[in-house]
Amino acid sequence: MAALTKPKNLQDVAAPGRDGVGASPLRPDGILKVKGDFAYSSDLWHEDMLWGMALRSPHARARILSVDVSAALAQPGVYAVLTHEDIPGSKFYGLEIRDQPVLAIDEVRFHGEPIVIVAADHPETARRAIAKIVVEYDVLPSIGPVEALDPERYGYVHAPADYKAHAFGNIVHSQHIHHGDGDSAEVRALADVIVRGEYEVGMQDQAFLGPESGLAVPAEDGGIDLYIATQWLHVDRQQMCPVLGLPPEKVRLTLAGVGGAFGGREDISMQVHACLLAQHTGKPVKIVYNREESFFGHVHRHPATMVFEHGATRDGRLVFVKAEIVLDGGAYASTSPAVVGNAASLGIGPYVIPHAAVDATAVYTNNPPCGAMRGFGAVQMCFGYETQMDRLAAELGLDPVELRRMNAMEQGSVLPTGQVVDAPAPVAELLRRVKEMPLPEVENWRTADGPDVRELPGGLSNTTHGEGVVRGIGYAVGIKNVGFSEGFDDYSTARVRLEVIGGAPVALVHTAMAEVGQGGITVHAQIVRTELGVDQVTMAPADTRVGSAGSTSASRQTYMTGGAVKQAAEAVRAVVLARGRDRYGWAPAFAAGLRLAGGKALTAAGEVVADLVDLLGDEPVDETTEFRHRPTEAFDKVTGQGFGHVQYTFCAHRAVVDVDVELGLVKVIELAAAQDVGKAINPLAVVGQIHGGSTQGLGLAVMEEIIVRDGKVRNPSFTDYLIPTILDTPPMPVDVLELADAHAPYGLRGAGEAPTLSSTPAIVAAIRAATGLPLNRVPVRPEHLTGT
Amino acid sequence: MEFLRPATWEEALAVKAQHPSAVPIAGGTDVMVDLNFDRHRPDALLDLNRIHELHTWQIADDDTVRLGASVPYSKIIDALPDRLPGLALGARTVGSPQIRNRGSVGGNLGGASPAGDAHPPLLASGATVEAASVRGTRLIPIDDFYLGVKRNALEPDELIRAIHIPSATGPQQFAKVGTRNAMVIAVCSFAVALHPRARDVRTGIGSAAPTPRRASEAEAFIRAELDDTGLWTSAGELPLSTAKRFGELVARAAAPIDDVRGSAAYRRHALAVMARRTLLWTWNDHRATGRAAA
Ligand SMILES: Cc1cc2nc3c(=O)[nH]c(=O)nc-3n(C[C@H](O)[C@H](O)[C@H](O)COP(=O)(O)OP(=O)(O)OC[C@H]3O[C@@H](n4cnc5c(N)ncnc54)[C@H](O)[C@@H]3O)c2cc1C
Repeated sequence: MAALTKPKNLQDVAAPGRDGVGASPLRPDGILKVKGDFAYSSDLWHEDMLWGMALRSPHARARILSVDVSAALAQPGVYAVLTHEDIPGSKFYGLEIRDQPVLAIDEVRFHGEPIVIVAADHPETARRAIAKIVVEYDVLPSIGPVEALDPERYGYVHAPADYKAHAFGNIVHSQHIHHGDGDSAEVRALADVIVRGEYEVGMQDQAFLGPESGLAVPAEDGGIDLYIATQWLHVDRQQMCPVLGLPPEKVRLTLAGVGGAFGGREDISMQVHACLLAQHTGKPVKIVYNREESFFGHVHRHPATMVFEHGATRDGRLVFVKAEIVLDGGAYASTSPAVVGNAASLGIGPYVIPHAAVDATAVYTNNPPCGAMRGFGAVQMCFGYETQMDRLAAELGLDPVELRRMNAMEQGSVLPTGQVVDAPAPVAELLRRVKEMPLPEVENWRTADGPDVRELPGGLSNTTHGEGVVRGIGYAVGIKNVGFSEGFDDYSTARVRLEVIGGAPVALVHTAMAEVGQGGITVHAQIVRTELGVDQVTMAPADTRVGSAGSTSASRQTYMTGGAVKQAAEAVRAVVLARGRDRYGWAPAFAAGLRLAGGKALTAAGEVVADLVDLLGDEPVDETTEFRHRPTEAFDKVTGQGFGHVQYTFCAHRAVVDVDVELGLVKVIELAAAQDVGKAINPLAVVGQIHGGSTQGLGLAVMEEIIVRDGKVRNPSFTDYLIPTILDTPPMPVDVLELADAHAPYGLRGAGEAPTLSSTPAIVAAIRAATGLPLNRVPVRPEHLTGT
Repeated sequence: MEFLRPATWEEALAVKAQHPSAVPIAGGTDVMVDLNFDRHRPDALLDLNRIHELHTWQIADDDTVRLGASVPYSKIIDALPDRLPGLALGARTVGSPQIRNRGSVGGNLGGASPAGDAHPPLLASGATVEAASVRGTRLIPIDDFYLGVKRNALEPDELIRAIHIPSATGPQQFAKVGTRNAMVIAVCSFAVALHPRARDVRTGIGSAAPTPRRASEAEAFIRAELDDTGLWTSAGELPLSTAKRFGELVARAAAPIDDVRGSAAYRRHALAVMARRTLLWTWNDHRATGRAAA
C-alpha cells in the first residue's frame, strides 16, 4: 500500500548512510591520544582543590600496633589525615565479597595496603605529611599459596570469624566439574597414552598507561560528584555508598578520560579515598597515583599452578582430562570467585573430551590481590591445556595442529558443563587458516651488508650476528566466554534521543558505558547511524544519570551496551514511524515495514516515502531501554553442570620465533591470528583488538611478571616490569571470520579477550620447537633457556 | 629548591664551588627520574644546559676525540660512529629516541651506575675524564673513575667538562643483554676494542659487578695469545678455542649478583657468550680490513 500523502522534496537514497555497522570510521580519541592532547582523568583540575595521598604498608603481613598521625596533622597545608576510624559508614568493600578494608584495621594483609589517607594543598605537602606518620608494626611471616592450603600450620589470612572465609580456611572459592565418568579407573583404562604436566603462570599486570586518578567534588546537597577513570560507574557507586553513608542519588559519577583498563579498573582504587577526603574537608580532592603506586593500587592477573593429565587413544582421540588448578587470589577476594568459575568451565579448552574432572580453587594469601585481567581465568588455563596438546602430539607422533583439529569442538558439541554449544564454533577452521598462512622468510636478518641486528634476537643490543639463532613455530587455540556468566543478571541501559537540530536529524546516545579505549563510543555511533539512518550522532558523557551499562570487561560491551543502543534506537524508530501514521495516514503495518536510511524513511523495496526531518517535526523522541542477554545459570557446586556462559569466542595463533639459544633471547618474528567475531561492527577496531590482545599475550610469554618474594613486590616500575615495545611487536597478520551467532545483536561475538589467550602458548610452543626445552612456566626468562 | 643556571663554564665552576651539594643537570634523564620518584630532594639544581661548549666536540692532533660532557647519544650515533664505533654501538642501545636525544655520556659518568651503557666502551677504548673545579683541571683515567655502586672519583666541587676518547685504530664492539629488544636496562653488557698499533686488546664489563670494570686477566690472555701465535702479523684466523677461553676469563672477571633483572649465573654465562662472539667479530673485521688494505 502506498502513502496517502506524498511528502515534499524527496530524493532517492543511494547509500544507506556513511559510517554505519560494518564500516571503519576512525575513533574520535585516537588522534588526540597520539598527539598527547587527550584529557585523561589525571588532567582534571578544580579551583581550590586538595591533593589526596595514601600511606601504604611496606609489609605483606603485620599487626598494626599503633598509628601516630599527629605530626602529619600539625603540618601547615594539611587539611585531613584519616584512618579507618574516620569512616562514616561501612569500613569494607568488595566486588563479590565485602572483605577489603577501605583503610587497614589493626592489621595489613598485603604489601601496599593503604592505612592512612591525607589531603593537603599540594602533592608535595601531602607527601611530606605521609612521611611524618609513624606506624608501629609487628611483622608476621607472610602466607603464600602453598602455606595457604595448610592454615592449621601457617595460619589464616583472614581471622576465622571474618567474612565467609571462616568456613573454608584460606579458600576463597572452588569449583569442581565432573563430566562423563571423570578420571575414574575405567576411564583411564580406555587411554593408550596419558600425558601429565605441571605448569605455572606468573603474575601479570594490566600495565595500563593512565594511572588511577580522579576528582571528588563535594556538592551543596551533601552529596559528592566524582569524576573518575573506571570500568563500571554503577558498581563503583554501589561499593562506595555504604562506606560514605550516602544514598545512591547523592553519589554521582561521571567518567573521566581513561588511559586503558584491561580489568585493572574493575575494582575501586582511589574512588572512596578521594570521596572520604572531600566529605571530610568540604573541598574538591584529586588523587593521582604515580606509576609505583599504580602497581600497588590495582589487582593483577592470578598466578596459577596447574596440574593436567590428558589421556588419548593411539590414533589421537582424547579420552579424558584431569586438571587441578590453584589460583593465588592474594589478600582480598576481588573477582576471584568468577575467575575460578571461568578457569574450571573453560579449563579443558575448545575440545570435545568425553570424560573430565576439573578442580579450580582460589586461595587467600598475603600476596597482592588478584582479580580481573583480560582473559579472566581462561588465559592461565590455555597455557596449560595447549602445552598438553603439544606434548600429547609429540607422544603420539602426530602433527600438533592435526591433533587439535581432530578433537576440536564445533557447533552442537557438549561442553564439560553439559552446555550444548548453540552457535558456530569454528575451532578447526581457525587452526586451518593460521596454518595455511604463508610463512615469513627464513633468516630475514641477512642482508648484502651483513646481518641486520634489528631483525635478530637482542635487536640493537647487538648480541648476535646469527650465531646460536634457531627458528621455531608453534600453534595454539583458545576458548573464552563473553559477558557475565553463572546466572548473573547482566544488562546494559541505553538512552537514544532523536531530534531536528538546525534542520538536520541529530541523534544523542547516553549510556554509562566506560570507554576505556575499546572503541565503544565509535561503535555506538555506527549502530545509531545504521538503525536511524542519520549522519550526526552525539555522545553524552557517561555518567550515573542513566542506568548501568555493566562493566567494560568480559568482551561484553559491543554485545551488551551496543545491544542496548540498538534496542533503544529501534524503540526510537518505532515512535518516529508511528508519527507517519498521524502525519501521512500510514497504516500501522506499512509504518512497521519501513526503515530509516540516509535521513529518509524507505520501504523494504527502497522507495523513499518520507523525509526524517518532516516525520520528526518539532518534538524529540527520547527512549531508554535495558538490554539483557539470555539468562545463564550457576554451575552446580558438586558437578559443575549448568548453562553457565552466554557466548563463546575463539582465536587461534601461529607464532614464529627466532631464539638465540645460547643467550636465551627471543625475537618473535611473526604472530598470525585467526578469530571468529560473528560480525565485525568496526573491522579496523576488531583488528586493533586482536593486535593488542596478541601483544599482551606476547608480554606474558616472554617478559611480563610482577615478581613477588615473601609477599613483597620487587619490581613496581616500568624499569623492571617490562612490557613489549614496538620493536618487540612482530608483524601480525589477522584473518577475521564472521560466522553469525543468532542470539547476539547483528550476530556479533565479543572480540577483546580471545586473542590474549592463545598468543602466549603459541609463542612458548615456538620457543620449545627451537630449543627442545620443556618450558612449563611463563614468562619464559633467559635463565630458563640457558639453564642458569 | 634553588635552580642555578650559569651561562659559562667558569660561572658553573664558581657556582659548584659555592654550592657543592647542588646537583648538576645535563639531559636530566637520570636526575628528573630521581626527583619524580622522590629518591632525591637536592637543595639546588645546577643546570648545565646554557653552556654551549658542553654540547660540542673537537678532534685533537693525536686524533683523540674531546667529547663535551653533554653531547647527546643521538649525536654520537650520527656524527661519530667511525671514530668511536664502540661508544656509538653502546649509544644505540640507550633507552628510546627521546632518551638518546637528551641523555649524555657526562650524565652517564656522573651517575656512575654499573648498568650505564657508555662505561664498557669507555673502558675498552681507554678514555680519560676531564674534571674541573675552581681549583683546576684533572685528567682522570677511566680505570680510576668508578669507585663503587653509583660512586665516582669526582670531588664535590668538580664537574665533568669533557671525555677524551682515542679515535679507534681497530674494530670495536659492544653487546648488551636485556630481556626485551629495546628500552631496557642492561642485565649485563660487554665491550671490546682492538688496538692493533699497540697490539693491545681492551675490554669493559657492565652491570655485572659493583662498578663497570675491565676483564684484566682476559685481556692479558688474549694479548699473549695473539703475540705468541703471531696473529697480529699473520692476520690469521682466531681459533674458536681461544675465543672461548677469552669468554670464560671475562665471565670470571665479573662479580654479579642475583636480582630481579637476572641471576648471577646467567650474567656470567651471557658475558662468556658475548665476549666470545664480540672478540671474533672484531678479529674477523680486523682481518678483513687488513686484507682490504693489503
Ligand atoms: C626511560 C629511560 C631509559 C634509559 N635507558 C638507559 C639505557 O638503556 N642505558 C643507560 O646507560 N642509561 C639509560 N638511562 C639513564 C640515562 O638516560 C643515562 O644515564 C644518561 O646517560 C644520563 O645522561 P643525562 O645527560 O640525562 O644526565 P642527567 O640526568 O642530567 O645527570 C645524571 C647524573 O650525572 C650528573 N651530571 C650530569 N652532568 C654532569 C657533569 N657535567 N659533571 C658532573 N656530573 C654531571 C648529574 O648530577 C646526575 O647525577 C635511561 C633513562 C631513562 C629515563
